[in-house]
Amino acid sequence: MLDIIKQPWPWYVAGPLIGLTVPALLILGNKSFGISSSLRHACAACMPAKIPFFQYEWKKETWNLVFVLGIFLGGMVASHFLANPAPIKVNETLAKELAAYGITDFSAMVPLDIVSWEKLFTVSGVIMMVGGGFLVGFGARYAGGCTSGHAIMGLSTLQWPSLVATICFMIGGFVMANWILPIILNL
Amino acid sequence: MSNSTSEITKEKEHQVRATDAMCINESKQSHQWYYNFKYLIVGVLFGIVFVKAEVISWFRIQEMFRIQSFHMYGIIGSAVLIGALSVWLIKTFKIKTIHGEEITFSDKKFNRGQIYGGLTFGLGWGLTGACPGPLFAQIGVGATVVIVTLLSAIAGTWVYGRFREQLPH
Repeated sequence: MLDIIKQPWPWYVAGPLIGLTVPALLILGNKSFGISSSLRHACAACMPAKIPFFQYEWKKETWNLVFVLGIFLGGMVASHFLANPAPIKVNETLAKELAAYGITDFSAMVPLDIVSWEKLFTVSGVIMMVGGGFLVGFGARYAGGCTSGHAIMGLSTLQWPSLVATICFMIGGFVMANWILPIILNL
Repeated sequence: MSNSTSEITKEKEHQVRATDAMCINESKQSHQWYYNFKYLIVGVLFGIVFVKAEVISWFRIQEMFRIQSFHMYGIIGSAVLIGALSVWLIKTFKIKTIHGEEITFSDKKFNRGQIYGGLTFGLGWGLTGACPGPLFAQIGVGATVVIVTLLSAIAGTWVYGRFREQLPH
């Protein structure tokens, strides 16, 4: 049984489980699924700086911070007790393309050849980690939500603005992965 | 914590918190702090699924954006399907929370931020291979350098809040 769990889970198991988070949070306490809000609560708690956008009782949203703490712990549990010892099976075309940029280590969830403490102070490392994180945080709040809030919760409740946001997420990702990332990886 | 919300009326406070947020459901009940423990459990289970389905893998996200694998499309698609079905069931049968409260939904209003912000977020997603949820899980599996990415995402959120009035919406 444990051997089966340690294998990578197929999409038709993982997708429905992620979908069930929506009713779970609603039924446990009338909470709407959304993760990037936690970043806003962190700002409101640590550095509100009299900015109106951060002037609210963030303590009322403590559940959201506890939820993301859980995601972090879940990552620890999965990697310590349920880890799959084999490296991830990457699409061959992608593997070939990445090898040309010197990315050959598929053993971790992040590409260790470019995302690591040692690479943090290289040009591509700064762009990937610092730049990428900034775009994610800035963009998610500007759009009013991220993949969880818009693509999953928003689409589940049939909100058309969330469909617009989701389509834009995908366009941005396509442009980055296919046209901009190759330039960055060649730096 | 110089956040002096006491000066602000309750109604206005709710408005601010509701701005561009998905989680604005207001509970009339107040609970002890340990009631939040249930959200920790949901988070842990959710995090495990993230890792085991390789949703938090930079490589899977690259495959998705290059249309080299069905995996992520299957996950997001089936998650939305199950989510929508659950919401429909909750609405149809007026299912209440475990504390007997009514479950409420709020509509999203369209603004151009969803386009500009969405594109910006997409660019970041393609770079980091992680949206905010996976960032937390990646740190959990031991990719500690992702703490930098997370802090940068918080900084991005802060900069948005700071320049919100000047940005087109």
